[in-house]
Amino acid sequence: MSDTKLALNRREFFSYVTVGWVMFSAACAGLGAMAFRFSYPNVNFDPEMEFLAGLPGDFPSGVDERFKATFGVWMVKQEGKLIALSNICTHLGCIPNWLPAELKFKCPCHGSGYYMSGINFEGPTPRPLERFKIGLQPDGKIKVDKTKVYRWEKGEWENPDSFLNV
Amino acid sequence: MLKELINHLAEPIVSFPIATFLFYLMIKHYKTFGSKKFATWFTILSIPVLIFFFADPNFYLIIKTPDNVPIGILLVLVAFFTWFTMHKAAINDTRMEQGLEPVEAMPENREKVWSWPNLVYTELFAIIACTAFLVVWAIVFKAPLEESANPTWAPNPAKAPWYFLGLQEMLVYFDPWMAGVVLPVLIVAGLIAIPYIDTNPKGNGYYCFKDRKWAIISFMYGWLILWVYLIIVGVFLRGPNWTFYGPFEYWDFHKIVAEFNINLSEFIWIKGLGIGMPKNLVVREIFGIILTIAYVGFIPVWVARATSFGRKFYIDLGPIRYYLFMTLVVVMMSLPIKMVLRWLFSMKYIIALPEWELNL
Repeated sequence: MSDTKLALNRREFFSYVTVGWVMFSAACAGLGAMAFRFSYPNVNFDPEMEFLAGLPGDFPSGVDERFKATFGVWMVKQEGKLIALSNICTHLGCIPNWLPAELKFKCPCHGSGYYMSGINFEGPTPRPLERFKIGLQPDGKIKVDKTKVYRWEKGEWENPDSFLNV
Repeated sequence: MLKELINHLAEPIVSFPIATFLFYLMIKHYKTFGSKKFATWFTILSIPVLIFFFADPNFYLIIKTPDNVPIGILLVLVAFFTWFTMHKAAINDTRMEQGLEPVEAMPENREKVWSWPNLVYTELFAIIACTAFLVVWAIVFKAPLEESANPTWAPNPAKAPWYFLGLQEMLVYFDPWMAGVVLPVLIVAGLIAIPYIDTNPKGNGYYCFKDRKWAIISFMYGWLILWVYLIIVGVFLRGPNWTFYGPFEYWDFHKIVAEFNINLSEFIWIKGLGIGMPKNLVVREIFGIILTIAYVGFIPVWVARATSFGRKFYIDLGPIRYYLFMTLVVVMMSLPIKMVLRWLFSMKYIIALPEWELNL
């Protein structure tokens, strides 16, 4: 019994097991990190969250659609105020159309309708369209920041950042 | 003239009561509906009607869209299988009224056969036939692929796949949380719960109507009227801007529909009492909250206490099954109630709390 040579003593066995577990855990963590990274797109086609919208004088009264396709924003000038209105329906996130003849935004998915001001009046939508933060830069250009939204039902349209006096 | 009349009849406010009434007639006279004579005459009469419909260019344009062809097939199949089950049920019910056993229990139908080869061969043939059919279909009707997705633009009308159009129609009347999450979950959970709620042993292995009257009526109403009917409306009768268009109506982008939806709270505080909306959210929506609690909490209890069929249900099912069943029925019936309120009173939400993302 005593001359039996052990290939591995107890201490060595545990050090091998430790190394093995560390490597296994590292491999799992690496795989998990790669899987997590994989769930994010390589190329992002989402519109930019901030943009410059030119000078306040560029906008005639009414709805301006020139930033809709690129940034998803309607610039609406009404009663001396210029606002940046989100083009995402507050019902289920479709993209409404501006109907100039009817003077309303109308959603093609479930028929929600909004006035030019963004206030909802028809269809299932529970609340008005959201406003984005709008302000003037020192050089006089308009800057729209889509990371900050102002919701009417929370009384946030009173906020001076949610409109521009023109 | 006739086409204009049909356009008007197809409007949801007219066609929904008509569909419900036809459903009532079908259930009431299910033996007539399930007779071969009825099926023959229905088919014969529907041929000139279909020719009349197909001859219209606006109707033909919609029905021939590749997306919409399967719905045409679906409707024919739904009609056939509804008739087929009622036909079998009518025969068995007549036999059982005479004291005979159902057709399926007759000695010559009780003979047992091996699943191999009898069943497996049938299944193999069905697989081959389905595959051949799908291959031919894929060649004949091109897949309606569109341009790549654009987050700042949506097609008009933007339609879900046809099997989801019932849900999309529901969304017209409900908040996305209700029609998009709560109701679909309850539909699926309710369908799963059917065998646990319905412990009626009758009807196992044979077609019948009388033995399972309430189970069949409540399921078929949800299926035919609240699902298939809504799919028909969503597929054929909803055009640009999700506006309603009759079957013979040109899909005019600029069709103007006077619509102005208001919430129950606005009805009561502004129109009824004339004192404006209270500041406090809960006080503002208190009537809707009371109504909703009364609807969900009071009606099942009242039905169990005050009506004879409700009392019978309560005794047959036991309290837990009864209240589960009635909750599902009450939630299911909230859809037609909400639709009728919208059509008649332009009612938007019973409870409108957009501040809390809660609207019923």
